[in-house]
Amino acid sequence: MEVNVWIFLLLSLLKVIVITVLLLMCVAYTVLLERKLVGRIQNRWGPSRVGPFGLLQPMVDGLKLFLKEDLLPESVHRPLYILAPIIALTCALLSISMVPFGPDVTWHGVQLFQISDVNIGLLILLGITGIGVYGIALSGWSSNNKYSLLGALRASAQVVSYELALGLSLVGVVLRSQSLRLRDIVNVQSTHGLLSWNIFGGFQFVAFFIYLIAAYAETNRSPFDLPEAESELTAGYHTEYSSMKFAMFFMAEYANMITVGCVATLLFLGGWSSPFGNLFPPVGGVVVQSLLAIFWFVFKVFCFLFLYVWVRGTLPRLRYDQLMGFGWKYLMPLAILNIVATSLWLAFRAG
Amino acid sequence: MYLVLFFIFGGLCVAGALNLLFQRHPINSALSLIVVMSSLAVLYLLLGAEFLAAAQVIVYSGAIMVLFTFVIMLLNAGREELTHGSKAAYLIGIPGAAALFALLVYMFLSNRAPLGSAALGNYLVTTTDLSRVLFHQLLLPFEVTSVLILVAILGAVALARKEP
Repeated sequence: MEVNVWIFLLLSLLKVIVITVLLLMCVAYTVLLERKLVGRIQNRWGPSRVGPFGLLQPMVDGLKLFLKEDLLPESVHRPLYILAPIIALTCALLSISMVPFGPDVTWHGVQLFQISDVNIGLLILLGITGIGVYGIALSGWSSNNKYSLLGALRASAQVVSYELALGLSLVGVVLRSQSLRLRDIVNVQSTHGLLSWNIFGGFQFVAFFIYLIAAYAETNRSPFDLPEAESELTAGYHTEYSSMKFAMFFMAEYANMITVGCVATLLFLGGWSSPFGNLFPPVGGVVVQSLLAIFWFVFKVFCFLFLYVWVRGTLPRLRYDQLMGFGWKYLMPLAILNIVATSLWLAFRAG
Repeated sequence: MYLVLFFIFGGLCVAGALNLLFQRHPINSALSLIVVMSSLAVLYLLLGAEFLAAAQVIVYSGAIMVLFTFVIMLLNAGREELTHGSKAAYLIGIPGAAALFALLVYMFLSNRAPLGSAALGNYLVTTTDLSRVLFHQLLLPFEVTSVLILVAILGAVALARKEP
């Protein structure tokens, strides 16, 4: 089908704007969700003053960060100091562009639920994550502060180490679906509902747990939040940052959490496909079906984020040598074993 | 369109490489090297090699250069002093570089026929095509390279191991 260039440009621009705004809203409300849930876990209320149930708290927080004075410490390496939060946030927001949110619905030849459908979407996601490390590394170095430097060193060592386990854990899934395109990977899992998801039907639960642990380390979340361990490092790599520059790191962290949740949903939990498969006859037209698909997608990502917060509220922080040892000595060999087992099984089944 | 992109990113690549040489601060040089690597990835993409482009970004810009910046940060290397350098470098450097450049130009020009089929952006080498070539026709070189890398890993482990 011939696609009109202007319609394509207009729709793409619209998609980018809508998804970016939605992502930033989600980031704001994930922060609220985290504060509320951790509050419940610690037997207190969490934010409850601003708006009903504290629902306007993220807006007020954002306003406060905007209005704060933007301090620029004296002996920083200025270009890199300013560039670092920009790199962090840009990479965090860029990676969502590969994620398909719903089924293959086209309007005037333009896909509605995905910004860009690329053959190697998964690899591009990994590449963008790899570039995102520079945001952290440069921020720590350029602030000219020992706490920042130590935090940044820890963070970049941790992210580079766990990126290996993360990438290797995805290989099993790629082997099963024979494609690096995220849409294909979801389509492979959508035949029998829950039973054909990669985590259950594909016997990739080992890979899922490796991905889960590596993803926590990758986004510097507890129990792997050593780069910003308050008791040792004040605040880690963003010690010297204030106002909107600090907010950019903060938003990047939560946007990364959401992206990681989206990728887990797509690769292991069947994306937007319903857990019941074709048990119930499809109701309604295209619109209802698409809305249902998006509901399942959002629901799965929400569950993943809930798990994130739950883990944060429950587990204590690891020691640094434990963290590195665990990543290299247990997770990586396990991921390699998983690849070998999956390929043997696939070769056996293919005869 | 493809040609414009080629000139933009080719120019960026050359500018990054020059900046890498002229910067006095190691971290700026490392960052210029990242720019070079990333624009090379875009050039691969323009030639239709999507997997190679992604691998370039993940391996070179994402992993190897992080280690470079890591080491620079750890050593806390400062500004470099400009020295006169060795005499040999002055004497041999420029003629040597000129000879190398001439050799490369000669090789590329004389092999224009087999190399000339590459074009900008009107085709795509998918991962399937690439892996078919890699695991059928080039299987032996591929395996030999992997053994080479394994040896390098073992060497690194042997060097880093604590004395018993």
